[in-house]
Amino acid sequence: MSGQGTFENRKGLSGIAWLSLALLITWLILPLLPLALWSVSRSWYFPDILPSDYGLQAWTYVFSDTAGVLKALLQTTIIALGTTVLAALIGVPAGRALGLYQFKGKAFFEILILAPIIVPGIAVVLGIHVVFLKTGLANNLAGVMIVHLIPALPYMVLVMAGVFANYNPLAEGQARSLGANPAQVFWYVTLPAILPGLLMGCFFTFLVSWSQYILTLVIGGGRVVTLPLLLFNFASAGRNDITGAIGILYVLPGIIVLLLAARHLSGRTAAGSLRQI
Amino acid sequence: MPDRWRIALLLAPAVLVIAGLFMGGLVLGFARSLNYMPLIGLNDVNLEAYVAILSSSGFYRSLLLSTYISFISTAISCVLAVGAALILRRTFIGKPIVNFLFQVNLTVPHLVGAIGILYLFSQSGFFARLAYEFDLIARPADFPAMVFDPLAIGIILQYVWKEVPFIGIILLANMQTFSKDYEAAARSLGAGRWQSFRFVLLPLILPGLLSASMIVFAFTFGAYEIPALLGQNFPSALPVLAYDKFTDVDLAARPEAMALAMIITAASALMVYGYVRLARRHVRS
Repeated sequence: MSGQGTFENRKGLSGIAWLSLALLITWLILPLLPLALWSVSRSWYFPDILPSDYGLQAWTYVFSDTAGVLKALLQTTIIALGTTVLAALIGVPAGRALGLYQFKGKAFFEILILAPIIVPGIAVVLGIHVVFLKTGLANNLAGVMIVHLIPALPYMVLVMAGVFANYNPLAEGQARSLGANPAQVFWYVTLPAILPGLLMGCFFTFLVSWSQYILTLVIGGGRVVTLPLLLFNFASAGRNDITGAIGILYVLPGIIVLLLAARHLSGRTAAGSLRQI
Repeated sequence: MPDRWRIALLLAPAVLVIAGLFMGGLVLGFARSLNYMPLIGLNDVNLEAYVAILSSSGFYRSLLLSTYISFISTAISCVLAVGAALILRRTFIGKPIVNFLFQVNLTVPHLVGAIGILYLFSQSGFFARLAYEFDLIARPADFPAMVFDPLAIGIILQYVWKEVPFIGIILLANMQTFSKDYEAAARSLGAGRWQSFRFVLLPLILPGLLSASMIVFAFTFGAYEIPALLGQNFPSALPVLAYDKFTDVDLAARPEAMALAMIITAASALMVYGYVRLARRHVRS
């Protein structure tokens, strides 16, 4: 390899690469900026590029008791946490089965469990709605949590199957032979080994539930109001300042967790497990 | 305990949930689309809902629109994601920050992106104001319609915004799993940059690219809130049409909503299947 350094060896980026990178990152960040600006603007009319007057009235509204935004935040959080716990309880064993064992019909179960990632939620939820109505699961938090499992569970199973594919169960046998009961084996041997992957799976599952719109709308029946539902209503009504404030409130938790987990997420486990689909 | 039972026990909860909720939803939707629902006293199977839908021109326009949105969004996202991954896999100053910024909108829900696109590209949005500032337009209406427009530009922009990092991250993880030796070998044998990309790297990342774009395609075909917010009223995207029928005050529209749901399911399954077939043939050649 001679010359000015080959494509493979050269450190750093060329001017064109830097420019494209800058454009790409700008484009990825750009749509979030108007939301932030609107949330602190008092008046911002065409053709002003920036607001002509700033104020915190949108944030005051969002944090007031009467607006219902805080209640929606609480409900969104409870639903996402509940869905995550359910998905972990159901998805970890399934991930273990698919990651650790070779068995007849494995491909079938993989496709079955991953199918909800491909088939749109709206196609499923319209049909299941009548059952939720008859069983009292419609129009309440529990029902919404359960219906969120449809898109969330596949991601948990996917991540955990990836984790268990690189997991050596021998240590469990050793612990058992030393007299540990199943609970102790799980708590002291299995859990510490799978914890990083499990946290990643929980993060994905939480985000999937956190972002749901149509499933919540149909099963919640307007009684369960989450942040995205409020956001959609305010956006359609043209209340840009309040939309901006709710929007920022809505994206912050995910961004903060990503900041904390950035190191782990850039690793292979996250997207690597998606690759198996 | 033999492995077979152990596996069955481990899988049972997940299979029950998926079979119950997911398959159950599809089966019930199908039954309802045939106007069959003994639970509420409907015992006669008929195809009226399908006949009504398949004989309305609005349905075909919605189908065309949704297919068009999915194809264009997926194609643009794939090309940009491959480009981004090619740059991001290299070493450069500030890489951790760039990586973080690249991943940030993976955590941002689609709806928030859609609202951001609305504020950027509507006729009184940021870019319209910028155009006014530079005397390109005299009033908001002069700015080309990019939301609520027939070409669904705003919807496509939103999907591209959201899916480029998604596909990009999968490609990057993919690229980490094999060394750059193959490309180096190709280059030392006289392959140009394009050739070593086209004949060495691309075939290696194609499986990952395919599965990622499959997910993106199916998602963009079936998503509700983005076309509901950024799309024009008529024709609307298929999922919006289905939900509108579902909430119609006329209960007779319910079976039509279910029939649309079935058509969305069948279409996304079919397109994913065809896409995989097509792509496999390409990989071999």
